[in-house]
Amino acid sequence: MTSPIRSDILIIGGGIMGCASAFFLRRRGISVNLLETDLVGRQASGTNFGNVRRQGRPLYQLPLANRSIAIWRQAQALLGTDIEYLQRGHMRVSYRNRPEIAGDMERYAAEAAQFDLDLEMISGNALRARFPFLGPEVLAASLSPDCGHANPRLTGPAFARAAERAGAGVHEMCKAVSAAKVGDDFLVTTQDGREFRAPILLITAGAWAKRFVEAFGETAPLTSRGPNMCVTEPLPYAIGPSIGVATPETMESVYFRQVERGNLVIGGSIQNPTFPDEYRVYVKPENSIGQWQQMQRLIPAIGKLNILRTWSGIESYLPDHQPVLGPSAAVSGLYYAFGFSGAGFQLGPGVGETMAELIGTGATDIDLTAYRIDRFSSE
Amino acid sequence: MAEPSIIVVGAGPAGFRAAQTLADAGLRPIVMDEARRAGGQIYRRQPEGFTRSHQDLYGTEANRARSVHDGFDALLPHIDYRSDTLVWHLSDGQAWTLGPDGHRSTPYDALLLCTGATDRVMPVKGWHHAGTYSLGAAQIALKAQACAIGSRVVFLGSGPLLYLVAAQYAKAGANVAAVLDTSPFSARIAALPNLLCQPAVLWNGIALTRDIKKAGIPVLYGVTPVEVVGNPETGVGSLRFRASDGTEQDIDCDAIGMGHHLRPEAQLADLARCDFAFEALTRQWLPVQDSDGRSSVDGVYLAGDGARISGARSAEVSGRLAALAVLKDLGFPVDSADLTHLRSAKARYGRFARGLAQAFPWPSEQAKALPDETIVCRCEAVTAGTLRETVREAGAREANRAKALSRVGMGRCQGRYCGLAAAEIIAAEAGVPLESVGRLRNAAPVKPIAIGTARTSGE
Amino acid sequence: MSGRFVRLAEMDRKPLTFLVDGAPVDALEGDTLMVAILTSSRRLRDSEFGDGARSGFCLMAACQDCWVWTSDGDKLRACSTFARAGLEISRRAPEATWPNLP
Repeated sequence: MTSPIRSDILIIGGGIMGCASAFFLRRRGISVNLLETDLVGRQASGTNFGNVRRQGRPLYQLPLANRSIAIWRQAQALLGTDIEYLQRGHMRVSYRNRPEIAGDMERYAAEAAQFDLDLEMISGNALRARFPFLGPEVLAASLSPDCGHANPRLTGPAFARAAERAGAGVHEMCKAVSAAKVGDDFLVTTQDGREFRAPILLITAGAWAKRFVEAFGETAPLTSRGPNMCVTEPLPYAIGPSIGVATPETMESVYFRQVERGNLVIGGSIQNPTFPDEYRVYVKPENSIGQWQQMQRLIPAIGKLNILRTWSGIESYLPDHQPVLGPSAAVSGLYYAFGFSGAGFQLGPGVGETMAELIGTGATDIDLTAYRIDRFSSE
Repeated sequence: MAEPSIIVVGAGPAGFRAAQTLADAGLRPIVMDEARRAGGQIYRRQPEGFTRSHQDLYGTEANRARSVHDGFDALLPHIDYRSDTLVWHLSDGQAWTLGPDGHRSTPYDALLLCTGATDRVMPVKGWHHAGTYSLGAAQIALKAQACAIGSRVVFLGSGPLLYLVAAQYAKAGANVAAVLDTSPFSARIAALPNLLCQPAVLWNGIALTRDIKKAGIPVLYGVTPVEVVGNPETGVGSLRFRASDGTEQDIDCDAIGMGHHLRPEAQLADLARCDFAFEALTRQWLPVQDSDGRSSVDGVYLAGDGARISGARSAEVSGRLAALAVLKDLGFPVDSADLTHLRSAKARYGRFARGLAQAFPWPSEQAKALPDETIVCRCEAVTAGTLRETVREAGAREANRAKALSRVGMGRCQGRYCGLAAAEIIAAEAGVPLESVGRLRNAAPVKPIAIGTARTSGE
Repeated sequence: MSGRFVRLAEMDRKPLTFLVDGAPVDALEGDTLMVAILTSSRRLRDSEFGDGARSGFCLMAACQDCWVWTSDGDKLRACSTFARAGLEISRRAPEATWPNLP
């Protein structure tokens, strides 16, 4: 039997959380091995909408989101490759039949200002003049000019390759099948029979995190769903911000952005069923049709555009829509970052930097109280 | 038990024979076809008002074409025929369609996919210029519209269609500048043992070459295309190629019909979650089927060129056979002599198809040699160089990963025309076997759909 | 400007006229839009990515490289749509349709 592969830290899960953590750990000179069942950044990290948005997040999440956006702004230089980050704004709109949402957006804007999130409230003729394509049902909007969007297909792999160049061991098609603490070390075996050993283990396994969490005697009521995504034919580039409907009704909650090549990427409305054990997710046609109906409320003229492709991925959800982020409550040397509940893409780089800081120095200024794993143990 | 719901997708030779076989057994299948009129691409009918005879349109296959057309017309009272209907997704045992009445979903107990084929094309530098068409396109222009694709046409590639289309063009009075075959003549000799199992078809092929040469059209073998020389505004101006003796030549032309045999339109088989397997001879991934056309998924059956390229005659046989498999699986009596006869015919056509694949090999080495500036994916304008960089710099060694990082195959045709060549380029650049590159996964919609087709209730 | 496609037969069909980019184009009943346009011109559309004119590729509704616009901004596949008298076709996206249409 070959001897175990050693490093300071072992990461299970090669989504954006794991890849960004590996990257920032290497910048602290810490040795890393990252294990990924498939290819890096393929599921939630690679198939999501690509929103790099802070607005709409709970206020207590904004310090982490702010840390993240600082990294997004310098991502190209940091990673040595273009991940198509466009800081062209993010806008939430509300419909006339839900006037209370416009009020909610105004209150949020007032509170978020303390966290360096500047939001501009627009309505009436000003809104029509700036965004003439919005449908007559749209009442008001909240625009965050300093948010934006990026290409999720490129982002996870870009962090992984940059981490690799910095010396991380990124092991793709390498499925972790068991993890245990043996003495002072964590011992992880993979499907191909290899053994990895490290004094610190970070679980960033998204929808697949549960079995590792439970192996260490903890619990997280993790479920998974698949985003409802599609893309149109390319059109002349015209729309800067990504735009979404603020509503409590899932069916109505569609959003879109235009990439510089011209295609509109569309997401939202009803999500798709997932099969994490088979690594599969299927887009349900009724969900696509429902989304296309809703998109025509948001932008009537969009009916003329053709959809080229639909897709989904496997995202992990927790009941309170907040991730588990930080140290294990049961096992020393064990850390978690999973369960981002469909809102992790923007946070990814900030999570990576925060986890590297926490693991490297033993502390971080980011308040992780809301994300503790033991918040589920009393339930 | 209520009458089972059986859907046949496609109304070409395979779909027609499948539907006929089911109707003969007293069932009423639903036939969904994207075209306005039945016949498929091979026996595509010209529009109403055109007057050319079956003999003019289909040559040696005129009687077969007539029997498919007349047979389908006779079948109409016994089937639920939905023309102009795109099956764009399969989900939860239902076919999701967009037709004249908008979106609709139809449940099925059995689904027969007779989805036909499109051209398999090896890119050439400059093939994005206006005036470059697939061989199938060149044939459809003539068959369905009585037009030539240009005033001076070069046909390039390999496979039986290369000769068939060139001969049809010559006969119709089009100006054909040359027929350039990428396969060496010697490959044909090596393939003879398999080809001889269909002597009549083989003879038809030989006769076509004779007709082309008799018309004074040069036919060159072992050609390597170098560049479609053209202009972004005016399109194709000439074709530059290397002849088998190594000399480089230019032929003036304003149109090129190119293709290297065909590839199955297997998107629905993929959406039905059928298993696929790599076939080394044709260097393609094909949906797995048993001798009768059962896929790996219960209730999903495959027939015709949509499952494996074997030609129109074979499609009629495999359509029948797949329908018998449906009947048998649903508990209807099936004559075992029929099964035996059809299975042996299907096997014979399969052997002939292997001979054709040997005689007209897919020129995979051309992919390796494509200059970096060649546009490989016409939809997204992704070059061979970009694709190679994705392999080298980003470590993409798998088809879908390369697509995610480079956009190859991500455009409006969904990789139909670049996917196979892209896989060859990835394999060559990564230094891995083609099989390990895998295949582009298919995603709904099978063809683009306007968002406005999704109407809200009440409209 | 001379055309790309060459008619070889079936020329006794009833003539019809429709508009392409505002100019009348003569066609025959039963022509697809592609044939009607390309018998009198060499271009159907432009690649969105700057590599020049396109004139269709597969003619069997698979490649999607022959999309043209109606005056309403609807998109038609020129290879599988018949020309009709009075149609108004544009080979470039009509500016009013996107994204400034109210």
